[in-house]
Amino acid sequence: MSANARIVEALLFVSSEPLDERALAQAAGLSEPDIEEALVQVGQRHTQGNSGVVLERVAGGWALRAADDTAMACARLLDQLSQRPLSRAALETLAVVAYAGPVSRPEIARIRGVAADNPVQSLLERGLIEEAGRSDRPGNPLLYRTTTRFDRVFGLEEGRHSLPLLDELGDDLPDAAQVRDRLQAMAATQGIAIHEPAAADHPA
Amino acid sequence: MATSSALALELDLEPFAGPFDLLLALVLRDVVDLGEVPVADVCLRYLAQVEEEGELDLESASEFLVLVAALLELKIRLLLTPDEVDDMPDAQEAAEELAARLAEYARAQAAAAWLAERLGEVGLRVFRSGPPALRPPRLLLDDAGTGDPTALAAALRLVLTRTDEVSEPIHVLRRRIPLSRLLDHVRRAVREAGDCTFEDAVKGLNRTEQAAAFWAMLDLIRGGEVTAEQDAPFAPIRMRATGRQTVSIGVAA
Repeated sequence: MSANARIVEALLFVSSEPLDERALAQAAGLSEPDIEEALVQVGQRHTQGNSGVVLERVAGGWALRAADDTAMACARLLDQLSQRPLSRAALETLAVVAYAGPVSRPEIARIRGVAADNPVQSLLERGLIEEAGRSDRPGNPLLYRTTTRFDRVFGLEEGRHSLPLLDELGDDLPDAAQVRDRLQAMAATQGIAIHEPAAADHPA
Repeated sequence: MATSSALALELDLEPFAGPFDLLLALVLRDVVDLGEVPVADVCLRYLAQVEEEGELDLESASEFLVLVAALLELKIRLLLTPDEVDDMPDAQEAAEELAARLAEYARAQAAAAWLAERLGEVGLRVFRSGPPALRPPRLLLDDAGTGDPTALAAALRLVLTRTDEVSEPIHVLRRRIPLSRLLDHVRRAVREAGDCTFEDAVKGLNRTEQAAAFWAMLDLIRGGEVTAEQDAPFAPIRMRATGRQTVSIGVAA
């Protein structure tokens, strides 16, 4: 490896947060093109099956992490909380924070229809979400957003930008009109018709 | 009824992440026929379960309430004729809102499913975590400048002088309103007019004084100096002087 690559390797080794090209260039006193070249070399040295740690593109930066065949041993050493699977409530809450964040606890509860205190607490403890100031809404509730740790656990290369668009998540996602139609259909099977929606009041 | 036992299982809420989840299943996936849901049975069963556990978990209890309320509303609508539904101006709006919220929730659910799937795909990811090793915040480094120890002294002096700027304590005085003054006030008002309402008598007084004046009026009634009548709650109170005179002891209110 070149001297530049060794510097970049060391910077990634000592950092607990992913570093982007700019931060690397600043610390190394190198230009960004030099850093990109160095990163290629670091990546070639740290590959799966060849090295205990691998270079990964994550959260809009670069980081080292345990290779797949070493991850279990590392997790045992760290007694990682993340080995416990996330509950459905926690996953839904996490999804709301990831897509709608920064978002407050009452807002999460409104979307899910259930108090969000427990899942929010458990996600905070896992370090997947963090506080992000207070809302302007009445009561100034705390806002939450996902963390860099979230990006790393879920392998999101460009952070939140790597999340799929909601519309791409499934063809069978019902929209409000479909749900309403189903409600009406259910009423119809009971021999009752719910009157037509006032379309003017509720633009789609 | 077959559905009732199936429903009892589902109302345990374990397989469901909340009332919206259950409603979505009911509405979109035809899990059960809404008309067949025995809400009273469900409630009794829930109460029995709560009693068995001996402890009320507020969160799950409120979830249950939301769920049962939603079920009841849906059921009631099924029982009404279309004309009667038309008479409920809020019904349309409520149905629209419920539909919109369920759709929004369905999107959150899809996003959660994607996250769960993603977690399985990427496998276990272990990386350095915890505080950055021995790295003081950059701001602190900038402020410390050259590491000159006199900078510390200067910083300490700043902190110490700041404590001197603590403003003088402000004393909030408790206002004392002598009841004797208000006794005189009410007495004079009644005597001058011979017959006046309490509202007129306290015109121009502030709220605290008005409250004290009410006390004064009660004192005058007790002493037999004044009689008072009120036709209905919150109606004007009509006071009349009896002509008797007593000496009241003015107590500070």
